[in-house]
Amino acid sequence: VKDSMRGLAVFISDIRNCKSKEAEEKRINKELANIRSKFKGDKALDGYQKKKYVCKLLFIFLLGNDIDFGHMEAVNLLNSNKYTEKQIGYLFISVLISENNELMRLVQQNLKNDLASRNPVHVNLALECIANIGSKEMAEMFAPEIPKLLVMGDAGDTVKQSAALCLLKLFRTAPEMVPLGDWTSRVIHLLNDQHMGVVTAAVSLIEALVKRNPDDFKGCVSLSISRLARIVTSSYTDLQDYTYYFVPAPWLSVKLLRLLQNYPPPEDTTVRNRLAECLETILNKAVEPPKSKKVQHSNAKNAVLFEAISLIIHMDSDPSLLVRACSQLGQFLSNRETNLRYLALESMCLLATSEFSHDAVKRHQETVVTALKSERDVSVRQRAVDLLYAMCDRSNAEEIVGEMLTYLETADYSIRGELVLKIAILAEKYASDYTWYVDTILNLIRLAGDFVSEEVWYRVIQIVINREDVQAYAAKTVFEALEAPACHENMVKVGGYILGEFGNLIAGDARSSPSTQFQLLHGKFHLCSPPTRALLLSAYIKLVNLFPEIREDIIAVLESDANLRNSNVEIQQRASEYLSLARNSTQDVLATVLEEMPPFPERESSILAQLRKKKPAVEDAIRVRGEKQQQRPASGAADGAAASAAPIAATPASGGGGGVKLQGDIAGAESNTDSDLLGLDFGGSAPAAAAGGGGAGGGSVDLLSSILDVGVSSSSSSSAAPSAASGASAQRKTVVVGAGASGSIVGEENWHKFVCKNSGVLYENDILQVGVKCDYQQSSGRIVVYYGNKTPAPLAQFASVINLPDSSLTNQLGIQVKPVGDRVGASEQVNEVITVDCMAEFFACPLLNIRFVYSGVAQSITLKLPLTINKFMQSSEMDSATFFQHWKQLSQPEQECQKIFQAKFPMDAETTKTKILGFGFSLLSNIDSNPANFVGAGIVQTKSGNIGSLFRLEPNQQAQMYRLTVHSIKPGVSKRLCELLETQI
Amino acid sequence: MHFMLLFSRQGKLRLQKWYMAHSEKMKKKITRDLVTMILARKPKMCAFIEWKDLKIVYKRYASLYFCCAIEQSDNELLCLEIIHRYVELLDQYFGSVCELDIIFNFEKAYFMLDEFMLGGEVQETSKKNVLKAIAAQDLLQESLLEELGIVSTGVA
Repeated sequence: VKDSMRGLAVFISDIRNCKSKEAEEKRINKELANIRSKFKGDKALDGYQKKKYVCKLLFIFLLGNDIDFGHMEAVNLLNSNKYTEKQIGYLFISVLISENNELMRLVQQNLKNDLASRNPVHVNLALECIANIGSKEMAEMFAPEIPKLLVMGDAGDTVKQSAALCLLKLFRTAPEMVPLGDWTSRVIHLLNDQHMGVVTAAVSLIEALVKRNPDDFKGCVSLSISRLARIVTSSYTDLQDYTYYFVPAPWLSVKLLRLLQNYPPPEDTTVRNRLAECLETILNKAVEPPKSKKVQHSNAKNAVLFEAISLIIHMDSDPSLLVRACSQLGQFLSNRETNLRYLALESMCLLATSEFSHDAVKRHQETVVTALKSERDVSVRQRAVDLLYAMCDRSNAEEIVGEMLTYLETADYSIRGELVLKIAILAEKYASDYTWYVDTILNLIRLAGDFVSEEVWYRVIQIVINREDVQAYAAKTVFEALEAPACHENMVKVGGYILGEFGNLIAGDARSSPSTQFQLLHGKFHLCSPPTRALLLSAYIKLVNLFPEIREDIIAVLESDANLRNSNVEIQQRASEYLSLARNSTQDVLATVLEEMPPFPERESSILAQLRKKKPAVEDAIRVRGEKQQQRPASGAADGAAASAAPIAATPASGGGGGVKLQGDIAGAESNTDSDLLGLDFGGSAPAAAAGGGGAGGGSVDLLSSILDVGVSSSSSSSAAPSAASGASAQRKTVVVGAGASGSIVGEENWHKFVCKNSGVLYENDILQVGVKCDYQQSSGRIVVYYGNKTPAPLAQFASVINLPDSSLTNQLGIQVKPVGDRVGASEQVNEVITVDCMAEFFACPLLNIRFVYSGVAQSITLKLPLTINKFMQSSEMDSATFFQHWKQLSQPEQECQKIFQAKFPMDAETTKTKILGFGFSLLSNIDSNPANFVGAGIVQTKSGNIGSLFRLEPNQQAQMYRLTVHSIKPGVSKRLCELLETQI
Repeated sequence: MHFMLLFSRQGKLRLQKWYMAHSEKMKKKITRDLVTMILARKPKMCAFIEWKDLKIVYKRYASLYFCCAIEQSDNELLCLEIIHRYVELLDQYFGSVCELDIIFNFEKAYFMLDEFMLGGEVQETSKKNVLKAIAAQDLLQESLLEELGIVSTGVA
C-alpha cells in the first residue's frame, strides 16, 4: 500500500512503542506542540504538510484526546485542488467539526464549490461529506440541488449512488427542507437502473420517501416486485459481483422486501401473483442443499428468507405462505447456529399473532420450552419466553404458565420482572378455573416476590373480590401461604387484604380460627414496611367486624404506643381512628362501616398496560389477535392513569362514615370516587364531600367555591342529589328531542376549552353558572352538568332539554338524561347526569337548552354540549413499524385530512403535548425523524366498532404555522379530528 | 445503521463511524458501555443483543471486534454480512489485513467504509467496484505527487 505520509507512520509507531499511559501522553503533547508551532510559524506550509499535520491531529483525536486547534487548516485543505488533500480535509471535518462550529459557513462554501465542480470525484467527496454530517442548514442549502445529480442522465453512477444517500441523509435530518417535485416521480424509475449499485442506493432513499408519503410512490410496488423477481430467479452467475457467496444480490433483495412492507398486498392480481411467486421461490431455496458450507452463504440466504417472512407476516393474507414460513422457522428452532435460533424465535412471535399461523406455531411448543430450559444465552431464553407468551391460548395456558413458573425459579434477574407480568397476564386471561389463577399468583409471589409489582397483587385482589366462587379458596390458600416461616411482604399484603375480607369463610376450621388468623398476620407485622403495616391495621379492624371475639386482642394492638404513637402519620391516624371505631361502635355500625367490599368495575388489567409499556410492538400485535378471536374490549390508557394515581392517598375514615374501605390501599381502585365528585355525600354537606374527593374533583370544587364566593352558605346542597331522585324511581321523562335548534347558541368560546379537557365552567352569567364534568370509558360517557344559582332568589320552572341539531345524531348517539327538579333554590346547586353511548362516529354537536323563570322573567339559554368525537378516543401506543404500516393503510383520500393553519396559541411544545394527550391521542416518540414534530395514535371507540386514527403535527416556528395530518379508518373522522384539534393549538 | 465501532480485544477503539449525531461525551459513554458488554460475552453466544431501542450486531475477527448498532426492524443477519464484506474489502486492499494495518492506515479504512456504506446505508456491495474506486483514489494521489514533483517520502 502506497502511502506517502511517513511522518504520520513514524508518529503512530512512536505511540505504539510507548510503554505507559504517561509516556504516550508525553509523546502526544510533544507532537501537539510541534504541530501548533508549525501552524503558527512564519514559514508557510505547503498542502502536503498541512495534510500530514491534520492527519496527525485526527489520529490523536481518535485516540480519545481533545483537539482544540487545526480546524482552520483542515478547512483550508478543502480549497486544495489535490484530491488527497481535499479528502483528508473532508475526513477531518466529518469526524471532528460539529454543526455549530463557526467554521461551518466556510465548509458549506467549499461544499458548494465542489458540488458544482466538473470533476466528478470532487462532486463525490462533497456528497459523501454531506451524507456524513448533513445538518438542517445543509439541507436548506443543498437539498434543492442534489436531486438533479440523482436523476440527471449524464451524472456518473458513483455520483448517483452518493447523491441518493446524501439526499436520504438530508431528508432524515430535515424533511421539510427537501422539496418534493418533478424528480420524485423519476426517482422510482431508478429501480430499473442497469447499475445494481445505483438501485441499491436508490431503494433506501425511496423507502424513506415512501414512509412519508406512500401514495405518491405507489408506482414503486410493481417496479420493486419486477426487480425482485429478476433477482430471485437469476442464477448466481448472472449478477456477477453482486452475487455474494452464491446468493444473488442479498442486500438489494432485502431492501426491496423491506420497501414492500410499506404497502398492503398489491391489488392487481398479476402483480400479487408475481410477488407470491417470488416469496415461494425464496422459501424453496431455503430447503435446497446449500451451495457452500461457508456461514456467509447461509447468513445471506437466510437474511433474505427472514425478510421475505417479515413481508409475508406483514401482508398477513396468504395462509399457505404463512404456514410454510412457520414450518421453515420451526426447523431453525433446532439449528446449531445460536443466531438462527434467536431469529426464528423472534419471527415466530409475530407469526403467532396471525390467525392463519397461530395454530402452526403452537405445534412447536415443546421445542420452545426446551429452548427455555437449555439455551445458554439469556437473550435467546428471553425470546423463548416472548414466543411462549405469544402462542399461549386457552388450550395450552396451564402448561405454558407451568413452564414459565418453573423457569422463574432459575431465571436471570434481568428478566424476572417481565416474566412475572407475563405469567400474571396469561393466568388471568386464560383462567377457566379461578383456583388455578389464585394458586398461580401466590406461587409468583412465593417464587419471585421482589419482582411482583403492585399491579399484580392489586389485580389478584380485584379478581378475588369480584368472584364469589373463589373467595373461600383464596382465603384458605393465603392462610396456608402465610404459615410458611418466611414469606414475602407482598404475600402479607395479599394475605391481610383477603383475610380481612373473607377470613370468616375459613374460620370454621379449627386450624384457621379467628385468633389464629389474627396471630398469623400479626406475627408478620413487625417485619413489614409502614405501608403494609397500615394495610394490616385496616385488615385488623375488618377482623373486628368479622370476629367480635377477638376484639380485645385487636384493641390492644391498636392502642399500643408502637401504633398509636407511631411517627408515621398514616399508621398513627389509622390506629387512632380504628381504635375509637372498635371501642365505641355497636355491632351494627361496625357491620355497615366495615362491610365487604363491593365488586370492582370490570376493566382491562392494568398489568397488561404495564407490559405494553415495556414491549409495545409484540403486545399490540397480540392484542389485535386477541380482539379478532375473542372480541375482548381493549383499553389501557385509562387503567394506566388510574394505576399511577398515588396509592394510600385516602385515609379510610375521611368524609365521615363512607365506610372503611381497604380500597384506600389499592391504587387501582377508583370506583367510589365518582360519588364524591358528584357531591352525593352520604348525608354530609356537598363541599365537604367534594373536598374529601381530593384533587381529582377539580371541576366541581371550582364550581362550588365560585358559588361560595357569592357569599352564600351551601348547607342546603345536595338534597336533590340525583341518586336520591333515581332511587325514588322517578320515571325518566324524555328530554332528548330531535332536530331543531332553539335560540342562538352562547358560550361557544368556553365550549372550545372542553375539547381537550373534561371539567370546568361551560357558561356563566349573572344568574346562572353551568359547570360540566365528564367521564368517558370506551364508547360510553357520563356528563354531569352542574347548575348553580348565583342569585338570592330561586329559579322557577327550571328545565333543560337536549336538542340534536342534526338528524343523523339520533342514530349516532344514545343519550339518556336524569333530569333535575324544576326548581333551583337560592344559591343552590343541582346537577343533571347525562349518559351518552357513542353508537357510531358523529360530527355535529348536541345542544343543551336551559329554560327557567327568574324574577318573573322567562330565560332561555342554548349551549353546545361539550361532546365531541375525540372524547371516545383512547390513546394507543405502537412502535414505528406498526405506526407506519397503519399510516400507509389508511391513506385513501377520504381517510386522510390535512390542514395548514396559523397557530392559535403560543407554540410551546410542552403545552401542545398536554393538549394532544388531553385530546385523546398518544404521543409517540422516535417515529418522526424530526423531533419537533408530534406523532401519535388513538382509537375512537363506538358501539359499532373501533376507529383507529393517527396524526402528525408539524410546527413551523418561523411562520407560526402548523401542518396537521390525520389518517383514520372511517371517512369523515379524520376531517372532524383535524377541525377539532386545529382550534386547540 | 446508527454507528459502527471497531475495537481490539484489549478494548482499544480502532475505528468509529457515527451515522447519527451524538456529543463526544455520549459517544465515549456508548463506546465504553458496549466494549465492556461485548468483551464479557462468551463465544458461541448470540451475535445480536437488544440494547436500548436498538440492536447490536457484533462479530470478532482475530483480535478485532466489529460492532454495529442497527434499528429494530433492520436485518441482523445481513448486518453480520455487512461486517464481513467490510473485512473482505480491508483484507483485499491491505492484503491479509491485520489490526496494525487499520491503525497505521486509519484514513484508508474510513475512505473504504464511505465507498461501501454512506449515511448508514449500504451504497455499493460489489467488492470490485469499491476497490476500483479506492484504487482510483490512490492513483490520483500518485499521479498528482509525480506531477507536482513531491517526493513520496516526506519527512516529519
